[in-house]
Amino acid sequence: MLKLSNRDSFQTLLSAVTLTSDDDQKPALIYIESGVDDVVVTRADFKQAIQNYASGLQQMGVSERDLVILAHTQNLESIYAFWGALLIGAIPSMFPTLTEKLDRDIYMNSMSELVNISDVRAILTTDDFAQELSARVNCPVYGSQTLLESVSDAYQPYIANADEVAFLQHSSGTTGLQKGVALSHRAVLNQVASYSDALQLNGSDVVVSWLPLYHDMGLIAGFLMPLIQGVPLVLMSPFDWVKSPAMLLRAISDHQGTLCWLPNFAYNHMARRIRKRDVDGISLASMRAFINCSEPVHASSHQLFHDKYSHLGLSGEQLTVSYAMAENTFAVSQTPIGTTPIIDIINRLELEQSLKAVPVSEDHEYALVKVSCGKTIPNTHIKVVDADGKTLADRQVGELLVTSDCMLTEYHKRDDLNPFDADGWYKTGDRGYLVDGEIFVIGRSKDLIINAGKNVYPQDLESVINGVDGVHPGRAVVFGVYDEKEGTELIAVVAEVDTEDEVERKSIFQNIKQAIVTQTTVTIHFVHLVGEKWLIKTSSGKIARAANRDKWLNETGR
Amino acid sequence: MDEATVREKVRQYIARELIRDESYQIDDEEGIITGGLMDSFSLAELAVYCEEEFDIYIPDPDLTVEKMNTLNQIIARIMRDIES
Repeated sequence: MLKLSNRDSFQTLLSAVTLTSDDDQKPALIYIESGVDDVVVTRADFKQAIQNYASGLQQMGVSERDLVILAHTQNLESIYAFWGALLIGAIPSMFPTLTEKLDRDIYMNSMSELVNISDVRAILTTDDFAQELSARVNCPVYGSQTLLESVSDAYQPYIANADEVAFLQHSSGTTGLQKGVALSHRAVLNQVASYSDALQLNGSDVVVSWLPLYHDMGLIAGFLMPLIQGVPLVLMSPFDWVKSPAMLLRAISDHQGTLCWLPNFAYNHMARRIRKRDVDGISLASMRAFINCSEPVHASSHQLFHDKYSHLGLSGEQLTVSYAMAENTFAVSQTPIGTTPIIDIINRLELEQSLKAVPVSEDHEYALVKVSCGKTIPNTHIKVVDADGKTLADRQVGELLVTSDCMLTEYHKRDDLNPFDADGWYKTGDRGYLVDGEIFVIGRSKDLIINAGKNVYPQDLESVINGVDGVHPGRAVVFGVYDEKEGTELIAVVAEVDTEDEVERKSIFQNIKQAIVTQTTVTIHFVHLVGEKWLIKTSSGKIARAANRDKWLNETGR
Repeated sequence: MDEATVREKVRQYIARELIRDESYQIDDEEGIITGGLMDSFSLAELAVYCEEEFDIYIPDPDLTVEKMNTLNQIIARIMRDIES
């Protein structure tokens, strides 16, 4: 197993325990699907499968250093293809697949743009979609069947250099804003070594995950780390988990799960949307840690989850927190395993007015509860700076900057974007403060909305809404509203319309919701139609997002 | 419980809790999920509601966009269990 103390014994991702261990009958991964028997893949099976994919890829003309996009349903095929690409030195990148709600044209256009911008060599997707997509993009598209038919006996292995880019992790958002975070073998292994030490990862661990593999948390914590470390991975599709969240708890119970990463909304989803009889006989006592990460952490979500499932063996000490980002491969920090995260109660008013986190009592009029994200993992450093880049003292709020030995190499094909400042620090865009090394995140510097773990840019949704008939072009504003029940930010839109007619307004309401669901990957939760001149604009004529949000909150009494 | 009562209860519940707009009048054949009126988490929530309100258990394979997209589909599925 990779640790900081034996870091030098791992050169590349292909040094993974799953690929190199003599004990090749141990499960590498267990894939769970709704209504189907679990598929147990041993290390031997895994090695054979990825070698087949490596051979198939080479037969189809994919070579070393070629970028291969895996726009696949989350399944074993996409997993094998990712590792098959690594074996031949190609650069794989996981991508979301087309969903039943998303407009096919829009999806294919964004793929086409990605192919052109990023110089994609090939796309692998499902058999039924390959032909259709093939007609739309400027590179070959292969279905799994075609790929497997190309398998020959052997493949030409590639000897990677530790500093070469191993794979890309694409950030969410629109294609225009999408950035391919390029990570080297060295960076990923440094992260896995440091993070494993922080987690006290050991041979008895079992990782259970429903997370999508195109997201950094799913890709690193819920996929690569367990396979590199030879820790069994119990994986399911996010689509299955969303509609039957009990699957995750059942999987933990059945497979003695010990580690599970979740964004904050998932605690609320599982506390609120699992039927009583679905948890009959389930035990969560095997868990060492649930790790809350990827969106702002709320103590109330932990409490809700704990209250609901303490009778299944869940304890407060199992609920830990991490602060992470794709640019640092994944984790920046982690709260200690087996300990409840530190809670800091601060004065909301002082925070807003003087950018200071001043402690107050729990029953204070302006009490704001913040949960610590823990201290940095080994070899990662953090500081808080003001707008001029000056380092701030403890409890002063500013932007969080990170440096480490597991940072990205670059944003792929984006020479215009330099992720680092002059001293090599990565500017996260997150705001927060430190107390004795404990990291507290307040929010984002920009208008970004984090809805159910997804990064949502309000400008993208506004441009869709501005195209809806009946909405005054340029007179719609989108913002996030934290919802205590859901444990995440919900998305609200206020749009100016001319008509007072109820039937016409209903139709505009429906068209806005429809346009968003087919043209983006999110759902609008609140649509507020207003008359002309409702929206507040800045002196320069731009829509003032925060001011309109406050006005909406006041008007609707939320 | 008769169908009209169930329909009214479910209609109000969906508008209030899932669409988050009590005044919204759902048409019987309107695509509630494909129309973006409620998000994908709502199917699981609807399943919990049906257990608590009508004491019925809708198994996971029935909780799909295809089978539960309109009010008519949802009501038919609930009534099948209530009447059996």
